[in-house]
Amino acid sequence: MKPLTEVRSRTATLPFENIDTDRIIPARFLTTTERAGLGVYAFNDWRYAADGSDNADFPLNRPEAKGCAIVVAGRNFGCGSSREHAPWALLDYGIQAVISSEIADIFRSNALKNGLLAIVLGEAEHAELLASPGIELSIDIASRTIRLPDGREFAFALDGFARH
Amino acid sequence: MSARTIVDKIWDAHQVRAETPETPGILYIDLHLIHEVTTPQAFTELRERGLRVRRPERVLATLDHSTPTLPADAHGRRPYATKEAEHQVEQLESNCREFGIELNGWDSDHRGIVHVIGPEDGATQPGMTIVCGDSHTSTHGAFGALAFGIGTTEVGHVLATQCLLQRKPKTLAINVDGRLRPGVSAKDLILHVIGVIGVGGGTGYVLEYRGSAIEALSMEERMTVCNMSIEAGARAGLIAPDETTYAWLKGRPRAPRGEDWERAVAAWRTLPSDAGARYDAEVHVDAASITPTITYGTHPGLVTPISAAIPHARDAQEAKALGYMGFTGGQALIDEKVDVVFIGSCTNSRLSDLREAADVLRGRQVADGVRMLVVPGSVLIKREAEAEGLDAVFRAAGAEWREAGCSMCIGMNGDIAQPGQLVVSTSNRNFEGRQGPGVRTVLASPLVAAVAAVHGRITDPSAYLEHAA
Ligand code: SF4
Repeated sequence: MKPLTEVRSRTATLPFENIDTDRIIPARFLTTTERAGLGVYAFNDWRYAADGSDNADFPLNRPEAKGCAIVVAGRNFGCGSSREHAPWALLDYGIQAVISSEIADIFRSNALKNGLLAIVLGEAEHAELLASPGIELSIDIASRTIRLPDGREFAFALDGFARH
Repeated sequence: MSARTIVDKIWDAHQVRAETPETPGILYIDLHLIHEVTTPQAFTELRERGLRVRRPERVLATLDHSTPTLPADAHGRRPYATKEAEHQVEQLESNCREFGIELNGWDSDHRGIVHVIGPEDGATQPGMTIVCGDSHTSTHGAFGALAFGIGTTEVGHVLATQCLLQRKPKTLAINVDGRLRPGVSAKDLILHVIGVIGVGGGTGYVLEYRGSAIEALSMEERMTVCNMSIEAGARAGLIAPDETTYAWLKGRPRAPRGEDWERAVAAWRTLPSDAGARYDAEVHVDAASITPTITYGTHPGLVTPISAAIPHARDAQEAKALGYMGFTGGQALIDEKVDVVFIGSCTNSRLSDLREAADVLRGRQVADGVRMLVVPGSVLIKREAEAEGLDAVFRAAGAEWREAGCSMCIGMNGDIAQPGQLVVSTSNRNFEGRQGPGVRTVLASPLVAAVAAVHGRITDPSAYLEHAA
């Protein structure tokens, strides 16, 4: 894993609460014995239509969400199972940071061990970011701050993050 | 020393190094349960780093998630859903051989769902720290153990070091006093509790269930309650050990014997929380107020008394959940047509659960057009159920009687329902697609599930019981 000191990206939002691990990667893809290559299954049943094409309703399929490495999600992201396949899939899909007002304990621990930033903000700060998709954020890991385009900074706590 | 909770006591007894503001604490782990899904990458990591398993005798392995629940054919071939599923099982078999870990494999009488066999063998004991790469590890808390679900990286750490890095969780006391009404089960109790505290209400906490209604529960019922702690987001859930616990454990294969048993019980008696111990938060629930409870949405926090109209959506999230389920706020779920009934999972697949379902089905038929799957939690439970003739009851009613495993709880082995179908399930998760893409899940007790199978519709079991009497 390459050392990570900063994540800078436009944000995409998933404005839904309780996005569970079965949504992030359905159980039928857990028969793998590898960590790699799970990105194609990230959000599988949400992201693809029945015929395998992209589902236009899935927020991360929108043109403006392409290439966004920071996802701002509704409260209680990652609830459900302990599958580490969830952060493996998100990282492989190109997501480097998830921001919410509440993140499930096991998901958060798994994410941080793999270098996926799982950041919990207060309600007001979270609500502001959730309401402004597409803004450019810069997350500085050493100072544990998120810098907004207008220069304001949101501080966050981070424990057990694997920086290398 | 000041008054301590059971969590404090177990934590203090296992703390290798205390946490600091910068670093989590280090906790010694007594028992590590493993299965085929969350371990292959951990063993790969050990191999790549040239590490051994530190205490193989503290690791107990089983096959449960990816395993077919239909028997092997005449040539001994098992009907795996996919090549990958078969490969995953073979990986665990070879990893256990290579690293000297005991596997309750295909040829073992002790194979079954990981959270069923630990207690069944007496490996799960009061005061222990227990981990498993599985979120329902909280089940083992029923015995007064501190049991965490962990990820695969942590599985690797525990295999290599027998220790876990962990911040000490907060404690939330769930006080349930009074008596459960007839026909109201442990499953109804825990669904009700999750409805009260919410699907994220336990985040950061260990739940300690206490009070007279909890003390009155059997061990099987306590396991059902603790099992679903994670559905409220909790790190773990537990119940202080008592005479019920000791009586259940005594004589089990891995339980202490003779003088060791006496010594162990004496130590276990010191575990319950001291009078006056402080919790970070407390909740009070009146057991008598609980009625048969089911879910109506797409997470286990959206629950309703079975006989009540479901609430109108309070926000966009709930509207989305109702939309997926095809339900409308204000409607009753009674008489909703059911396609599949699943009795099984680490929540409700023990002998007492199977008996409860069989009592309903005895002399009756599964309704036309309904598929019913009954999957015992372990090989031993299956055998005990067959010795009592429960399999014959299920088969005569038209239900499928399967081999032990997780089965339709997670659908990894191919036991899934079809898109749009409504499943009344005794398992623990009703997330979108949990039991197959597009499948709609209603969580319920074995009694409610069995009654739904007979009627082909969601039916109030209390009315049914009066009718049957
Ligand atoms: S029965 Fe379901 S919840 Fe329990 S261990 Fe198996 S898959 Fe997980």
